[in-house]
Amino acid sequence: MADDGKEESVATDDDSETGADGSLSNTMMEDGSTLLRRMEICVTEAEKRSGKNAVSMQETFTVYLVETRPIDASGEGHNPAPDSVWRRYSEFELLRNYLIVTYPYIVVPPLPEKRAEFVWHKLSADNMDPDFVERRRVGLENFLIRVASHPVLSNDKILYHFLTEEHGWKEVVYETGFQAKSDSRLRALSATFRVRNPDKRFMEMKHYSDELQSHLSQLLRARARVADRLYGVYKVHGNYGRVFSEWSAIEKEMGDGLQSAGHHMDAYAASIDDILEEEEHYADQLKEYLFYAEALRAVCRKHELTQFELEMASQDLISKKQQREELATGIVRTFSFKGMTHKLFGQEAPEQREARLKLVEELIAEGEETVKEKTIECEEHVERGWVDMHRFKEQKDKDLREALINYAVMQISMCKKGIQVWSNAKECFLKM
Amino acid sequence: MSGQAVPADFSEHMLDLDEDEDLEVFSKNTSLADGSPMPNSPSSMVNQYRLEEDEEQADPNNKDIFITVDNPESHVTAIETFIMYRVVTKTTRSEFDSCEYEVRRRYQDFLWLRSRLEENHPTLIVHPLPEKFVMKGMVERFNDDFIETRRRALHRFLNKISEHPILSYGEHFKAFLTAEDLAPHKKQGPGFLSRMGETVRAVANSVRGLRSRPEEFTVMQEYAENFSNKICSVDRVTQRIIKEQREYLDELKQYSPTYTQWVESEEDLAEPLKGMASCMEHCGKETEEQIHHLSDSLLPILHEYVLCAETLKAVMRRRDNIQAEFETKNEALLSRKGDQEAGWQLQEEVDGLADRVELANNALRGDWSRWLSSMRTDLRSAFVSSAEKNVEYYEKCLAVWESFLLSQREESGEQKEGDSS
Repeated sequence: MADDGKEESVATDDDSETGADGSLSNTMMEDGSTLLRRMEICVTEAEKRSGKNAVSMQETFTVYLVETRPIDASGEGHNPAPDSVWRRYSEFELLRNYLIVTYPYIVVPPLPEKRAEFVWHKLSADNMDPDFVERRRVGLENFLIRVASHPVLSNDKILYHFLTEEHGWKEVVYETGFQAKSDSRLRALSATFRVRNPDKRFMEMKHYSDELQSHLSQLLRARARVADRLYGVYKVHGNYGRVFSEWSAIEKEMGDGLQSAGHHMDAYAASIDDILEEEEHYADQLKEYLFYAEALRAVCRKHELTQFELEMASQDLISKKQQREELATGIVRTFSFKGMTHKLFGQEAPEQREARLKLVEELIAEGEETVKEKTIECEEHVERGWVDMHRFKEQKDKDLREALINYAVMQISMCKKGIQVWSNAKECFLKM
Repeated sequence: MSGQAVPADFSEHMLDLDEDEDLEVFSKNTSLADGSPMPNSPSSMVNQYRLEEDEEQADPNNKDIFITVDNPESHVTAIETFIMYRVVTKTTRSEFDSCEYEVRRRYQDFLWLRSRLEENHPTLIVHPLPEKFVMKGMVERFNDDFIETRRRALHRFLNKISEHPILSYGEHFKAFLTAEDLAPHKKQGPGFLSRMGETVRAVANSVRGLRSRPEEFTVMQEYAENFSNKICSVDRVTQRIIKEQREYLDELKQYSPTYTQWVESEEDLAEPLKGMASCMEHCGKETEEQIHHLSDSLLPILHEYVLCAETLKAVMRRRDNIQAEFETKNEALLSRKGDQEAGWQLQEEVDGLADRVELANNALRGDWSRWLSSMRTDLRSAFVSSAEKNVEYYEKCLAVWESFLLSQREESGEQKEGDSS
């Protein structure tokens, strides 16, 4: 999971934040620091609220308390009360959508899942279930910490407003006009188009993101089924508890041993609840990276899009230049209907040709501008995207390795409990 | 062993059989082997027949007969196919001509032996045989697992009989262990039909003609019922656990490959992922072993005691029948006043039946405590062994995960050194 807010966060990075949308002015922070170095961020509570929704219908939803506290370097023992704002899940979604649109070259941290997926039998898929709400609270805090420790994202002023201004935040977000960009982005990303020369590294990353998604889905699905079965094994032992207890009632010498063995069987059956709850934490860690894979894929797709637009613009420029050539020299190289009609109906007047030539020159000038812009856009995306993808890869390797280690730790704990219970049971059986 | 002083075989009084010549016949002379007169009161008879606990817990060093059942082989004839088991006996007992015997027996032969033992000792608790075939879980009779499970049960059966202070000294038992060909010993005679009749009567729940059952036997009866319920429940729960474990193992086998598949697209993560997959595979193997222990060791013992519980109930019914027979005849005697000749004959019959009741009750009393003790030992050891197996399972899995953890921490330690250098 992401670093705790108090710890030193991600190393400093490049200073080239000038011009990035929404970044805070340099007077407000030191060079290269992230928001997380300056403030603690926690999502501490969850509460149920009722209100009217957009279509004036009564609804119940959960709000989460986001607390922030400045880390005052000089203030020893000076512990001001935290600022706090209440946010609901949809507001987090809004923030994330804004970030995705505004920083298309960044692998934006994902939110915890909207609906419980890969559930095993016992877990409720109900969004109002307290366990689900609790895990979501943890996930939301994790999201904020990841964003606030990101070298680029943490400078965003909308993020800052999200953390500090409860009311009016939504209006500020909408004022950025990101919504329009969001719609066109969605459309573009889902369209199919062929790119001639995509950056190889991005294509490999895209392929990797697909693989990661697929592997993690399969893994999570299989894990859920194993958890379900393990639950069954442990719980059935509770039946031993009941039967031994009943049986001990009809026995004389055997009674005590049976009775106490039965208690240990009950304890064994009960122990699975905590074990599996801990394992959910592991599943959540994997889920985060399942959703991260989507974000990674989006960066690659954006590259394809900018590259495609550049190629289109270049192509357009070339054909305009060819048109100019034809008009200037009279030599028709390419087939065109206008050319055909000229052949059939005779050529046009010189004045008309002049006018058309002038028009084409203007279009070429425009086209060259477009190509320049698109080239810059494309190059910037590739450059920044590659940096962030690299950062992401290192974070992923570290986090997932930690997750696997934690899993092993959990298994060890489970085994130790098992040894304890069955050793105790054996002692009881010896007394039978 | 004191068993030799106990005239427990009163078959001739029981079922009106025509005894075979080679059957041991106990006369009506009710004096003990050492010449002292038999006590008259029932309660003092209890002392004669009660077998001490430590005697019944046969000290292995004092064991004078060792029996093994092994080597199942398929036998094919024109009519049928069946399995023959080798039965090897090593003994120092004087009534055996040799000290070592080896014979081949089929399941039917075991059935024969047990039914003779029950006939001859209707109120002794004869250990059950494995069932003819098991409904659930087994597909065909000649499945290897089935044969092995049956072999073990047959082995336990013969050993239980050999440890029994009365049953192990019977003629039928000796013949079973020593005769090359059992066929001559199997001549049934009318006894077969009587046995059928007895069985039918035994099945009926309420015994006609029984006036009042002594309190101690009612207590036993209730215990038999309750024990039967409980042991059946334990058996069922165990079966359920095995089922759940199997399903868990199936899912686990699907789960570990998902880590292996993921390895292919990772670089730095490849090694820990491989480690995870390997850990899970190991744990899967341990789970398989655990399942085997449950189904091959624990479940058969539980199942035997389920059958024992049925035997207990049958023994209680047979005892009731014996008492009922006596009471019916006795009533007839008491209500009849007229004919003196017939009256004396009836009196003799009634006396005989009264003795029969006494002997039956005493045999049961003695065997009851022996059986309870034996049951306690068997079940205790079965549960202890299962608990040990579970501890072992968790210990092995623990070792697997600990070594994985160690390897990961070593690696990250190396990495840290690499970063700082």
